Amino acid sequence: MDLDGVFRAEYGRCVATLTRFLGDIGLAEEAVQDAFATALEKWDEPPPNPGAWIVTTARNRAIDRLRRESTREARHAQALLLQQPDEPEDVGPVRDDQLRMIFTCCHPALAPSAQAALTLRLLGGLETAEIARAYLVPEATVAQRIVRAKKKIRDAGIPYRVPGHAELPDRLPPVLTVLYLVFNEGYAATSGELVRTDLCREAVRLARALADLMPDEPEVIGLLALLLLIEARRPARVGPDGELVVLGDQDRTLWDRALIAEGHELVRRCLRRGQPGPYQIQAAINAVHTDGTATDWTQVLALYDQLLQFVPTPVVALNRAVAVAEVHGPAAALAAVDDLDLPGYHLLPAVRADLLARLGRTADAVAAYDAAIALAANATERTFLETRRARLAPN
Amino acid sequence: MKTYLLAVQFDETTEWSEEEVAAQRAQVAKVNEEMTGTWVFLGGLLPSHASTVVRPAGGAVTVTDGPFAETKEQLGGFWVIRCADLDQALAWAEKCALACGAAIEVRPFEGAQWV
Repeated sequence: MDLDGVFRAEYGRCVATLTRFLGDIGLAEEAVQDAFATALEKWDEPPPNPGAWIVTTARNRAIDRLRRESTREARHAQALLLQQPDEPEDVGPVRDDQLRMIFTCCHPALAPSAQAALTLRLLGGLETAEIARAYLVPEATVAQRIVRAKKKIRDAGIPYRVPGHAELPDRLPPVLTVLYLVFNEGYAATSGELVRTDLCREAVRLARALADLMPDEPEVIGLLALLLLIEARRPARVGPDGELVVLGDQDRTLWDRALIAEGHELVRRCLRRGQPGPYQIQAAINAVHTDGTATDWTQVLALYDQLLQFVPTPVVALNRAVAVAEVHGPAAALAAVDDLDLPGYHLLPAVRADLLARLGRTADAVAAYDAAIALAANATERTFLETRRARLAPN
Repeated sequence: MKTYLLAVQFDETTEWSEEEVAAQRAQVAKVNEEMTGTWVFLGGLLPSHASTVVRPAGGAVTVTDGPFAETKEQLGGFWVIRCADLDQALAWAEKCALACGAAIEVRPFEGAQWV
């Protein structure tokens, strides 16, 4: 029996629903974990609707537990629980529970590092150890972040609700940022380590759920499209020896056509809406990259110009310069990156190195590769830069 | 209902002109008016030059001049408010921060005497 699979699929939903019943995330988690322990004893095979079974069992276990306690809070929670219907609920309220949970986990009053850990734990059902491995931090650090965040939610009175429409412009961006960062964290590791691939899938799954819950928010659709279009290219991004393969050199037959088709359809949906935003524009850029047999760089450059208006950061300017090189040549691109200030960011010297090499300024290019190699944290990326550098200066 | 302290983190090194002080007072008065029914207690404090610290030391106390910490930002005033949750408290804090032109720390009470 695949209890792990059921756990991963149902944990978040069950905790979200129990949190509504109990008004406390910690109590909800205890109750759901109790129910899974019971399932381990009782199930030969999971029942047809394992989530409903877990919720009902968790609810009953929580009532038992609260009956043994005599505090005012416990009696209050028990009263709330007993008012809940016995029957499995409609899909609607359960979905709202998950949405409430996403917004609670990504509340701006929580530290960004805690938002991501809490989202993966409470919505993704990832174990603390898995989150720690994925973020390359000690398990105790993640555990502490999660405990602190849950304590703050309870003590500070962070509400368990979906923000009203007027609040969404402030409250939606952190949610999108968390999902994007979770994906990126998985994507930055090109070594093919299983757990980090899981992070990409988890981010896509959560973005899908969010798009399902908020189909009228163009940036939510844009984020999902962006993640799908990057995820589609992942199989081609690492070569047979684990080496990084850049976009222009990728074997396009390895791309996931179904994900690309879905991503393109979502981008078209965004375009029809005509309310552009940063995630939609990035999705459109990736749609151009995955359209036809080669990238139309003029279109990409136009989109980066638009993105720079929304997000005037040096990182966007650097990415735009890559498109400038393709459209107007490496000299124009070099001029565009010269003023960028991105201390510690290895891709700035890496892009400069590539531009310098294309201009025939080999010695400068080698020096720039050295600077990029010194800054690159990911071993696969470092190897890629070393290979590039070796081609310029074999000795 | 929960009880929150909205504490003004006032930068005492900034010079304010008389007009600026008057404008700030007017804005804060407007927010206070709007907050009627939500605030339980409120007040502005004199700067930390007027502050005295009483510190326990071996069963007795020592009395010293000045605030606890020599930081730029000092407690400049506060509101104690009652509302449903942190989101409501943060919405009030936004108005207070804009009216004061200073950062507001929002902190829940563990318990409060009048409850």
